[in-house]
Amino acid sequence: MQVPASFEYRRAQSVPDALALLERFGEDARVIAGGHSLLPMMKLRLARPEFLVDINDLHELDYLRQEGAELCIGALTRHRGLLESELVGRLFPIFHDAERVIADPPVRNRGTIGGSLCQADPAEDLSAVCTAVRAVAVVLGAGGRRSVPMADFYRGPYETDVGAGEMLGEIRVPILPDSGSAYQKVERKTGDWAIAACGAALSLADGRIASAGIGLAAVGVSAAGYRRAEQALVGREPSEEVFAEAGRLAAEDCEPVTDTRGTAAYKRHLAGELTERALRLAVERALRPAAAA
Amino acid sequence: MQVTINVNGEDHTADVEPRHLLVRFLRDDLGLTGTHWGCDTSNCGTCVVLLDGEPVKSCTMLAVMAAGHQVRTVEGLETADGLDPVQQGFIEQHGLQCGFCTPGMMLTARALLDRDPDPSEQQIREAISGQLCRCTGYLNIVRAVQWAAHHPAAAAAATAPSAGSTP
Ligand SMILES: Cc1cc2nc3c(=O)[nH]c(=O)nc-3n(C[C@H](O)[C@H](O)[C@H](O)COP(=O)(O)OP(=O)(O)OC[C@H]3O[C@@H](n4cnc5c(N)ncnc54)[C@H](O)[C@@H]3O)c2cc1C
Ligand code: FES
Ligand code: FES
Repeated sequence: MQVPASFEYRRAQSVPDALALLERFGEDARVIAGGHSLLPMMKLRLARPEFLVDINDLHELDYLRQEGAELCIGALTRHRGLLESELVGRLFPIFHDAERVIADPPVRNRGTIGGSLCQADPAEDLSAVCTAVRAVAVVLGAGGRRSVPMADFYRGPYETDVGAGEMLGEIRVPILPDSGSAYQKVERKTGDWAIAACGAALSLADGRIASAGIGLAAVGVSAAGYRRAEQALVGREPSEEVFAEAGRLAAEDCEPVTDTRGTAAYKRHLAGELTERALRLAVERALRPAAAA
Repeated sequence: MQVTINVNGEDHTADVEPRHLLVRFLRDDLGLTGTHWGCDTSNCGTCVVLLDGEPVKSCTMLAVMAAGHQVRTVEGLETADGLDPVQQGFIEQHGLQCGFCTPGMMLTARALLDRDPDPSEQQIREAISGQLCRCTGYLNIVRAVQWAAHHPAAAAAATAPSAGSTP
């Protein structure tokens, strides 16, 4: 039986209360949300916090709403909440594509988007999704709130921009006109982590791609991101050739490693192929917004 | 630390270490060994219990996190009126062999039917997709849940009044 090492537990009563607890215990404290990444790590002693600040009672962080031209997602929103939201599916079908293949229903009942992004597992799906849709993370701290684009939020495997005494409060996603998005993942079996996955989001104007975002999961941390692939799309008319070119660049720029899920070469192949497929579907949805949901 | 957790409709107050897992609390402290414990890594799903009516893996939840919530275990399926239709369905359709996965499967089925009294086969398969069965090949589990869906009144008047009427 795996049991975590001892720690002290506090259940936060409000966001200011959570921040005060985090501030007081500093580096030794960790937020616990769904606990589906943190508790397994604690059982294995890969994480050994001395204080856990439970934020599950902070219902004020569990919401999905549109504010102007942004979709706002509270950090405590569960995977299931995202999957069942009509609003999310209509605006960003990429979230539904991903949520359908993240873990399994009992895990999705507990796991949160905040925990997913803060865990920053390199195979984590929502980080790739949020990168593709150019989400901005709202980090809360004693000094107030600050907005951090995904590119700066993710600092490397298991590392984010959230500092001691801070927590993730919200994720804001810009809603663009004539846009479409999609997520494509290949896994070994239902509920498993990705062998490779790609999220793509783009908007169209006058028959051309006006903006494009690409995020990949499980194929390493690309130092440069997928700028080259994105730039190959912007200003072009969507076509199979353009998708293939972007896929080729994404496959070149990813940095997969061989592990039990596959060889680096196989994952690189998938990165290219899944990028193409995600782009194709995203464009299809942008052209037929009614079918997007 | 002192916690009060409602299990199968009854409040239980106990002094537990924060690191105590919910599955251990149920099995060791309350003696409710119907909740099984297998992989310990949130993969197999045999430890599934209902937290406020929804399936969760009790090996990946601290007992202190369940304080103030309603937990339902397999022991809470049967009522004074008899077996839950889901339990009856597992008997009728031979939904188990060794029985190791059965508690989690039945609770997930209960939660599914409480939300949707007439789920499709696909929905049933999706609902149980986080739980492994090494014996049945799942087919009879699906049939057991379908049986329960078609016999909502089978002794369940007290537990599932909203589950719809007998077809
Ligand atoms: C069997 C299984 C299969 C899975 N499969 C997948 C999969 O296919 N794809 C996938 O993407 N994920 C998968 N996951 C991970 C799942 O999505 C987790 O729920 C998620 O990674 C973490 O969310 P959580 O709320 O449980 O976070 P927790 O475990 O509570 O926390 C994770 C980390 O984030 C920190 N944290 C949490 N919330 C905040 C916050 N608001 N502010 C600051 N820090 C915070 C914690 O301190 C901790 O360091 C799987 C998990 C399991 C158990
Ligand atoms: S024991 Fe909890 S999922 Fe296997
Ligand atoms: S009946 Fe044996 S594991 Fe399911």
